[in-house]
Amino acid sequence: MTPMELVGSLGIVGYGLAAIGPGIGVGLIFGSVIQGTARQPEARGAMMGTAWIGFAVTEALAIIGIALAFVFGGL
Amino acid sequence: MSGFLAGLVPLETETEGFEAPGVHSFDVPPLFEGVPWLEWLDKYMLQSIISVILILIFWMIMARKNAMVPSKGQYLGETAYFFVRNTIARDMIGHDFRRYLPLLIALFSFVLVNNLFGVFPLSLLPTPSHIGWPYGLALLVWVIYNGVGIAKHGFFGYLKHATLPSGVPAFMWPLIIPLEFVSNILVRPVTLSLRLFANMFAGHLLVLVFVLGGEYLLLHSESIINKTAGVVALIFSMAIFGLEIFVQSLQAFIFTVLTAQYISSAAAEEH
Repeated sequence: MTPMELVGSLGIVGYGLAAIGPGIGVGLIFGSVIQGTARQPEARGAMMGTAWIGFAVTEALAIIGIALAFVFGGL
Repeated sequence: MSGFLAGLVPLETETEGFEAPGVHSFDVPPLFEGVPWLEWLDKYMLQSIISVILILIFWMIMARKNAMVPSKGQYLGETAYFFVRNTIARDMIGHDFRRYLPLLIALFSFVLVNNLFGVFPLSLLPTPSHIGWPYGLALLVWVIYNGVGIAKHGFFGYLKHATLPSGVPAFMWPLIIPLEFVSNILVRPVTLSLRLFANMFAGHLLVLVFVLGGEYLLLHSESIINKTAGVVALIFSMAIFGLEIFVQSLQAFIFTVLTAQYISSAAAEEH
């Protein structure tokens, strides 16, 4: 007896799991930027430049995840 | 148990009548069907042509009238220009940024206008939500930043510059060189294009779910609860549009910042 049946692609669940790590990472990055801005407001520009790069690198994992969710979605 | 759950959650969801938006929502037919020499012209192509014309007109008007006391229009153009010039180009590339400024301004305007087509009422479809457009843009950026690096360091000099950070001990080279090659040469264009694509695609899908689902709940169901949910979904879709405007501007900014960063890292001097 199956109490509840879910149909659909397991790739979407996998993408949800894969997005946890980048989510935490992006939160850490911008949390640190806020802290740094609070401690030294005039260094905000330099910090934001680096933060966008770090954000892009961290987000790349989530982006590869959504691509793979579509790739393996048909399996 | 199953009977209880079946009463609570309808297992066989009634999907006839409502067609859920999905990947197929992005397959638009050609505008003039049956005309063989116009088959390439679909909505995405038309939008990008219009965006190029709009951007050309905007920057030509901005470049022509230069008064000492700026009017409102000139102020807008100068703000846009100085945003790209100072915030993106000068901060990222450094003293040699003037050579790359036309590329960065063209990229920023093109990506921004095409993204904003996703919330413009007459189009309502972001051009980069079709994967071919980000691929093309990222290919252009890939060719340019590798070309800049090769012109600066020579072919093998650039390969060494891109794959071997200075100060790495020799026994780490077999590990570092393939990693840096994959990260700097192969993955960069993929993530650059997929970031733009995934944000536009997901955002437009979100809008479609709220608007189409809300419309279906409101107009095609009898239950008063469903109608209320449809009204709430339609109202909430306005908030989603606001979020989309933010995401679209941010993605245009990030695309340009990353282009500047890639050019800057390819052209950087050895430390």
